[in-house]
Amino acid sequence: MRPELNKSVEAQSLAEQGMQAPSNIEEMPSLSWEMVLSRVKHALGTSSPYLAAVGLLSFLLAGWLLCEVLKAPLFEKVPGPVAVASEWFARQPTFGMSIFTADYYMHIWKSCWRVLQAFTLATLLGVPLGLFMGWSKVFRDYTFPVFETLRPIPMLSWVPLAILMFPGREGSVIYVTFLGSFFATTLNTLLGVESIDEVYFRAARCLGSSQRQIFFRIILPGSLPFIFTGLQISVGYAWFCLVAGEMIAGEFGLGYLIWNAYMTVQYPVLVIAMITLGFLGWFSSALVRLAGRRLMQWQVREIA
Amino acid sequence: MILSQLIGNDGGALAEKPAISEAAAGKISIRDVGIIYDPEGVHVVAVKNCSLEIPAGEFCVIVGPSGCGKTTLLNAIAGFHGVTSGEIYLDDELLCSPEKTTDPGADRIVVFQNGALFPWNTVLENVIYGPVVQGKMTRPEAREAGHEMLLQMGLSGISHSYPSEISSGMRRRVEIARAMMNDPKVLLLDEPFRAMDALTKTVIQKYLLDVYDASNKTVFFITHDLEEAIFLGTRVFVMTTRPGQMKKVIQVEIPRPRDFRVLSSEHYRDLKEEVIEAVHEEAKKAFEAGERERA
Repeated sequence: MRPELNKSVEAQSLAEQGMQAPSNIEEMPSLSWEMVLSRVKHALGTSSPYLAAVGLLSFLLAGWLLCEVLKAPLFEKVPGPVAVASEWFARQPTFGMSIFTADYYMHIWKSCWRVLQAFTLATLLGVPLGLFMGWSKVFRDYTFPVFETLRPIPMLSWVPLAILMFPGREGSVIYVTFLGSFFATTLNTLLGVESIDEVYFRAARCLGSSQRQIFFRIILPGSLPFIFTGLQISVGYAWFCLVAGEMIAGEFGLGYLIWNAYMTVQYPVLVIAMITLGFLGWFSSALVRLAGRRLMQWQVREIA
Repeated sequence: MILSQLIGNDGGALAEKPAISEAAAGKISIRDVGIIYDPEGVHVVAVKNCSLEIPAGEFCVIVGPSGCGKTTLLNAIAGFHGVTSGEIYLDDELLCSPEKTTDPGADRIVVFQNGALFPWNTVLENVIYGPVVQGKMTRPEAREAGHEMLLQMGLSGISHSYPSEISSGMRRRVEIARAMMNDPKVLLLDEPFRAMDALTKTVIQKYLLDVYDASNKTVFFITHDLEEAIFLGTRVFVMTTRPGQMKKVIQVEIPRPRDFRVLSSEHYRDLKEEVIEAVHEEAKKAFEAGERERA
């Protein structure tokens, strides 16, 4: 059941740490269709989905009344649900932005691709940095003051500097997105290392672990729960910073689309892009959660 | 129990070393040890002029009021911290003195108060942790030996469970199995059954006795449960209130293998009275000194 040497280096190192490497995936309950189906059936038997539907409909109804029927103060210029839907789902949209236009998907793709690049980079750098900061007191003494000074700087204030640093627009947008993600990941990883009970270190030393083994077998798996909480937060920050970056320096992407729609008075498009961002944020967060569950069988089963 | 087979077994986890006669390994000498804590200038004498000799293979129990330095002494043997004066020897090798501390190692395995199975590893992975990180076995070898050990210990049904999925009694048994996989010279147990309900406790005590009878490891067992102390130990050392010193040694002449019938014997009751008297005196002193109840 354990992947041996022929698997990738990563899988092997995971196996070495005693974590559930990919071989266990087929045992994952969330991946089996029967499980999903039975869960859906179970959910339909409870009140939750119906309450959610009522909540959503009331929200849309309120929006429709405020924006389109009453044209209440503050809401006069806000496009209502009907206006948005008739653009979003139209085969021939007025402003050229609907689920039937290639442009819409191009913007989504651009934003997703930027977030993916920035988030991956932030994870690859932030997780090891956080682990090292938690592992080595000396390393932490060197790095933590600088880190703690840079971290609270609002991400928006990085944008001009990013534009100065990078020749193209793409680089600066990704850079700002990366920063937002990076700080959250690093900090949570560090907290994760600190959260590990001293007794596990003692036990590991008793059992004859070297410092390197303690790093890979205690610190890494022990901080995973915090790391994944951090990654969920950080993917949210990534979207936040992405939009900020795209509004100012972007050429494509949903942030750019929002700003452009505002400038060109295509208000329904503005709302479409916002809602799309909401779904993408939700989706990416769920993906991170799923990845976390796969890596942390021990936690999943604990909750079950 | 069949444990003895495993321990003598060639393919087993524990047959790695050349056959030093079991009785020769695991003698602990604690000579005039003092341990002073000095966190932020607060001078706390945890242990003072503490001496005891534990012959190889003895089941030695330390009892004493809370906060008397029992755990401090155990931690010094384990190598978690040093001593301020005196020396501790393991098989006539200096383990620790004011000038020297030996890092924790697989010859002195600690079973902790609240358990320290790694929650991210399955039972089997926990059990084979020691031999694998020490490089004594390859992973497949260790898995085989681990399965064997779990089988002998009556734990094979849970080898792929995570610690959070099994009961606290089971967890403690796995932890003992994890310790035994390393063929340690000494088992150091720090109130391991403290948080257990009375029924689970009796089962796991008997379990530990079986393991002990089969392996004859030196056991250094800390508790403040007096019944437990007499039921398990060959000798029971009563420690004074802080600064901890050895107050009294009680020889428990109950033959092994022991079972629960001894709990109702005359000898057991006499011993218990003796221990209670000694401990009560110290507990009272501790209470009067305004000691807060500490672990």
